[in-house]
Amino acid sequence: MRAYIIRRLLLIIPTLSILSILVFFSVRFIPGDAIDIIVMRMSDSGFSPATDQINREAIAHYLGLDVPVHVQYGRWIGVLPTPDWVTGESHFKGLLQGTLGESLGGSSYTIEEELISRLPVTIELGLLSIVIGLLVALPVGIYSAIRQDTAADYAGRTAAIIGMSVPNFWLALMVMIYPAIWWGWSPPMEVIPFVEDPLGNLGMFIIPSLILGTAMSATTMRMTRTMMLEVLRHDYIRTAWSKGLKERAVVIRHAVKNALIPVVSLIGLQLPILVGGAVIMENIFALPGLGRLMVLALEERNYPMVSGVNLLFGAAVVGINLIIDLIYPYLDPRIRFS
Amino acid sequence: MSDATGMPSAVSEPKKRSLLADFFIRMVREKPLGTISGIIILILILVAILADVLAPYPYDEIHLVDRLQGSSSRYLLGTDQAGRDLLSRLIYGARFSLLVGLAATTVNVVVSTLIGGTSGFLGGKFDLAVQRFVDAWMAFPGLLLLLTIMSIVGRGVPQMIVVLGIAGGVAGSRVVRGAVIGIKENVYFQAAGAIGATKRRAFVQHVLPNIAAPVIIIFSINIGGVILSVASLSFLGFGLPLEIPEWGALLSREGRLYMEMAPWLAFWPGLFLTVVVYCLNMFGDAVRDLLDPRLRGSGGRLGAPAATSV
Repeated sequence: MRAYIIRRLLLIIPTLSILSILVFFSVRFIPGDAIDIIVMRMSDSGFSPATDQINREAIAHYLGLDVPVHVQYGRWIGVLPTPDWVTGESHFKGLLQGTLGESLGGSSYTIEEELISRLPVTIELGLLSIVIGLLVALPVGIYSAIRQDTAADYAGRTAAIIGMSVPNFWLALMVMIYPAIWWGWSPPMEVIPFVEDPLGNLGMFIIPSLILGTAMSATTMRMTRTMMLEVLRHDYIRTAWSKGLKERAVVIRHAVKNALIPVVSLIGLQLPILVGGAVIMENIFALPGLGRLMVLALEERNYPMVSGVNLLFGAAVVGINLIIDLIYPYLDPRIRFS
Repeated sequence: MSDATGMPSAVSEPKKRSLLADFFIRMVREKPLGTISGIIILILILVAILADVLAPYPYDEIHLVDRLQGSSSRYLLGTDQAGRDLLSRLIYGARFSLLVGLAATTVNVVVSTLIGGTSGFLGGKFDLAVQRFVDAWMAFPGLLLLLTIMSIVGRGVPQMIVVLGIAGGVAGSRVVRGAVIGIKENVYFQAAGAIGATKRRAFVQHVLPNIAAPVIIIFSINIGGVILSVASLSFLGFGLPLEIPEWGALLSREGRLYMEMAPWLAFWPGLFLTVVVYCLNMFGDAVRDLLDPRLRGSGGRLGAPAATSV
């Protein structure tokens, strides 16, 4: 057991290192663009284009783009010192120190502040979607399995494949368009903080969470059904039946408990898809979360911010999957004692 | 590979049909829904190829007098804000959605085979290193990765194909790697090594033919998702160029801007997308069930218990 935990924890180090390299270098191929944008903004606010060349070099120096790319990476991670462009003093100022570099956007917030202020929206959307997804998927999947090859089973499976096929952004648009035309109702689009009006806050999240949750439930439902079918064939289920137990007891106490173990790890595997869905939903429903921030940052080519969002999401996916792997042995004694 | 292709069936089979013909006959007999889905996809591919003949108007022909009209006999599915015929745009859109999807999935499968095949075949430290890279890649949420790269390389059809193909290919390499490692356990593979076959020969003669089934399965299972990714990226404005009437892009621009005045502009592209992806998913499931029943996990065609827990 201890060996398993240690091995699992050690594996995270190369994964996170490679992730940080991917995140950093994926946006570093065209550093010129970031400078172009700053020069453009400066000339908008009255700088003369004649001094453009000087500006460019100064900006490149200010942004730390005038050193080789591996030095830039070292500074970003925080293992190499970053010189302060005013005082000239060098400090370690990077990921390991908890800073993510300078935002190129117009706002006065740092990247970390911006990420932290938007994080709760995305977490709430994600959690609600997972809860809704499970509330739909588990009952349907279990029922589909215990009534295999009946009309209900076929209906459930067909619904799942349709759920996997409907683009969530189309569903979101339909929810915005048709109720508005038919009943004059449209989903709430203003931001309501949870502390002021908890119900209003939930109302803001419920439609996007329903769309994301049902989309996720399709895969979970299929997995639940498959695992249930496999478990139901085992000898101990036959024993439970022959003891004269009621169907309820056989299904819930004996089958579901075992069938759901792999479904837990499926939730971790679905996280990257959930993140993608959150990006789309936040953009359609104007939710001020990280997904909205990501698209804004990409549109204004604010690449340090893009790296920040990517890193946060990537690390979250790695971290949550780690937690799932670590609690897995507690859910499944077969792993714990092998 | 699977129980069905082992030695006994080769002996007991009375007449030998070609593999492909056999596959189609089984498809029609055992998977009616998959067959129908396959036919619908085939029709759509034909529509995409024959768009110039079938579309009532060129996709960019502007009729300003008839802007934002509902469906009529002149414009079957209505017109957009510039009076362009929606049906024609959807027909041309099939070309971009389907062809980009097919091409990207092909790249995807090639990349999966290259990475998964070499990683699984060579094993050892190389495998360990490659797998850590794949781990990190898979932790990176797909859409974020695609958005980031597309914003750097810019909108375009070739960019889209390469980016989607590589991004999906790295993730899909796991399945190929698993299959290759499985093959290496087989007696015929060890026998080849014992009689002195070179690594290269072992790979080409024994590994490649046997991963054909999983590779075809990856292709047919992935293509629906790839088409959805193309549409998602275009919807967010990072996919295909603005002038291309791809379905996701139609939804995003015309569909969102004029959605109250002309809801059909958002309705039809999404419906087309849904039907195509649904058919591709059904077809993909059918192909997987026929080629490798064990992957279904629910006993399979031969009733073998799926005891292979991962």
